[in-house]
Amino acid sequence: MPPVHSDAAETRQSDVIATVLARYRHDPVYLMQILREVQEELDWLSPSTLTAIAAGTRLPRARVEGVAGFYHFFHQRPLGRYRVLWSDNIIEQMAGSGDLMGRMCKKLWLKPGEVSPDQLVSVDTTSCTGMSDQGPAILVNALPVTHMTSERVDQVVALIRQKTPVSEWPADFFKVDDNIRRRDLLLGNQMAPGDALRAMTDPQSVLDAIKASGLRGRGGAGFSTGQKWDFCRNAVGSGENPQHYVVCNADEGEPGTFKDRVLLSSFADLVFEGMTVAAYVVGARKGFVYLRGEYRYLLGPLNAVLEKRRQSQLLGKSIQGRMGFDFDIEIHLGAGAYICGEETALLESLEGKRGVPRKRPPFPVTEGFLGQPTAVNNVETLAAAALIAAKGADWYKAVGTVKSAGTKLLSVSGDCQWPGIYEYPYGVTVAQVLADCGARNTQACQIAGASGLCVAPDEFGRRLAFEDIPTGGSFMVFDNSRDMFAVAHNFAHFFANESCGFCTPCRVGTSLLCNALDKIRDGHGGEYDINDIWRIIRTLRTASHCGLGQTAGNCVADSLQKFRPSFELRLNSRDFEPAFDLDQALSRMRDVTGRDDPGAHFHLDHRKSKQGIGTKLGDPA
Amino acid sequence: MSDTQETNCFFLDDEAIPFTPGQTIIQAALTAGKYIPHLCYHPEFKPHGSCKLCTVRIDSRTIATEDGQTIKIPGRAAASCTTPAQAGQHVESNIPELLDLRRTLIQMLLVEGNHFCPSCEKSGSCLLQGLAYALGVMNPHFPQYFSKREVDASHPDILLDLNRCILCELCIRASAEVDKKHVFSLSGRGHSKHLICNAESGKLGDTNFSATDKAANVCPVGVILHKRHGFETPYGQRRFDQNPINAHAEQYAPVKEQV
Repeated sequence: MPPVHSDAAETRQSDVIATVLARYRHDPVYLMQILREVQEELDWLSPSTLTAIAAGTRLPRARVEGVAGFYHFFHQRPLGRYRVLWSDNIIEQMAGSGDLMGRMCKKLWLKPGEVSPDQLVSVDTTSCTGMSDQGPAILVNALPVTHMTSERVDQVVALIRQKTPVSEWPADFFKVDDNIRRRDLLLGNQMAPGDALRAMTDPQSVLDAIKASGLRGRGGAGFSTGQKWDFCRNAVGSGENPQHYVVCNADEGEPGTFKDRVLLSSFADLVFEGMTVAAYVVGARKGFVYLRGEYRYLLGPLNAVLEKRRQSQLLGKSIQGRMGFDFDIEIHLGAGAYICGEETALLESLEGKRGVPRKRPPFPVTEGFLGQPTAVNNVETLAAAALIAAKGADWYKAVGTVKSAGTKLLSVSGDCQWPGIYEYPYGVTVAQVLADCGARNTQACQIAGASGLCVAPDEFGRRLAFEDIPTGGSFMVFDNSRDMFAVAHNFAHFFANESCGFCTPCRVGTSLLCNALDKIRDGHGGEYDINDIWRIIRTLRTASHCGLGQTAGNCVADSLQKFRPSFELRLNSRDFEPAFDLDQALSRMRDVTGRDDPGAHFHLDHRKSKQGIGTKLGDPA
Repeated sequence: MSDTQETNCFFLDDEAIPFTPGQTIIQAALTAGKYIPHLCYHPEFKPHGSCKLCTVRIDSRTIATEDGQTIKIPGRAAASCTTPAQAGQHVESNIPELLDLRRTLIQMLLVEGNHFCPSCEKSGSCLLQGLAYALGVMNPHFPQYFSKREVDASHPDILLDLNRCILCELCIRASAEVDKKHVFSLSGRGHSKHLICNAESGKLGDTNFSATDKAANVCPVGVILHKRHGFETPYGQRRFDQNPINAHAEQYAPVKEQV
């Protein structure tokens, strides 16, 4: 049944759009927030909705449509009153998310990606939602439901069938645990809100302390935080109203990472305090938290913390009575795009545009948000900066290694007894982490996420530190029972889904890589395809515009080098077989006719032998 | 012409190329008559660096090992259209590795869209085809996507055949910067990225697009075609039939800005 068009519906639509536009003062910079809030009210972004938003923000309509079309969580077709998304991380797949999703679809009489004929519900997959320590997890209308089991699937299906509003679902469905397993400097801190700010004397000495502490970016790249702030502080703003900005990058999208979720859930004050310290150093009056759309559920609690800080004079005008120290923070929600973790793509998104990485230079420290000097820092970096401002550089530097000061939060998930957050001094070995989390018979660890490094047992003595294995914090464990080809296959699909599509090598290369792996999975691959894979990976590394494309082939390259047998047992003995699969091409006709007998299959030797189908009477054995 | 500005030099495949500060590598090279392959770069627009055909290597080094062998350490790869030229830097462009890379990129574009040169009005004056010939691309190599793309004939004077779109964004830039109309934009992302028109119907006919717009005359391939103007120049006598794409590099040199 198509959505009913009536005067009442149209009036409601224009009322909603007008209210949201007014809330954001018709400012095109807030386009992302406008689209999100309108969609939350109207369930989808219809063509006329986009036209109205374009008119209201004075943007070309095509620009608004272009932004709506870029992000996973904006949809331009109705997807039902209940929109279920299964986190498609490999860890959750290993925990059975595929079968559970199949069960849900079957019970709802749906295919993934389709909407039920009564426009009630749709079920689909999405990239890692940051719950791999308590998965399989789903998002229902942007709210996370964790620990999915077949019983919970049945309960969710029943609630949807009864049309129970999500706000009335059992509260324990939405329970998200912190799972902190090991505390050190950061997670063990006893600071009260405002401690770091009270300890600050002047911006220069705070900057000196941050520099002396050796703090480096925790998002993975490891750039010196002190240097970044120094560049930003010395950069001159442009235009009539020069400004400096501080941005907290809370778009942790690397598969298997969830440390920022925990920091923002239980240490939000410390993160905001770090932003305020940064603002004090670089001279910013405004800060933004770019919160990934998957963490929409944290928006309310985070705003509450901000409000409390305003009341305690830790934000706002003349912070703690210091004349001229004005700073406030706004939370900006993303809408499902891994690429926005890249700082220049994040800034584009923050400006209400498609999240496409910019050319660098210029770097954000000189030309960032709206062309003004901007310090973009990871959530964990900012929390650590607050600690350093309060307790000094020496206290911090005493922990870790010479080149990697302090501690690192690891998000451990996969084949281990106690998945969760582990805080270690830098320099900890892979073997130590594996022992502590209760991992047995470990075959491989994927460190720093899908774009990171896959280490085999002979490398478990290596250390997590900038001088050995740098990491943003994702730590996925795979035991002997796992198929490393499936891991590479999952990551390759992740990158193809998340490529922004700006440059040729990444837009096409990531898809070609998927196609090549699909071909091998389906039993049509040969040595020829392995050569092609290397050629694609070389192209991605050399020519891609940003880090996403440059590292998108890493997982496949690593598993080809270290776990070659998992590929080889799937290879055809023949040198080459075409990718076009005649039997597959008949599958639509099989669907239409409801046939699946041998006569409805194309005769192929390998299908005969592997699946016992495709043989016709009288075929030679 | 009096050029009082001091000119510097960098080296392109060991040949000295003069440049004026602010010029990118490709701009200086083309001005000096040295061709670097490109698709999304256009002399009249600010480069944005998405096709990556113009990728070069900068400052590769050769070191001698203890046993008297020499090893080449490749320099960083960068799009020459967006990388500013710097005095003294050594840029490699015409080397086997990069020629192979460019062939791969062309092949990627060929399988991504639906390119049937024999029936295309743009054949012979198409940059993608011309570049494929110049680089010696003999086939698309990768499996075809067979992607579903629209043909939009709603406009009275212009036909849009999106099967051939290579997403260079030149029409988008031309419409926004020169025509001030914003007729085109991009939507979707990754492999589903596609060109859209500025209308609720999505049809070009419902925009204020005109055949005299800059955007109507900038497409390097056969997407934006003028109706009633088919095959006026016969195959065999067209732009790249006369001269290969890499002849006369100066024709792609940036248009001199009026000071």
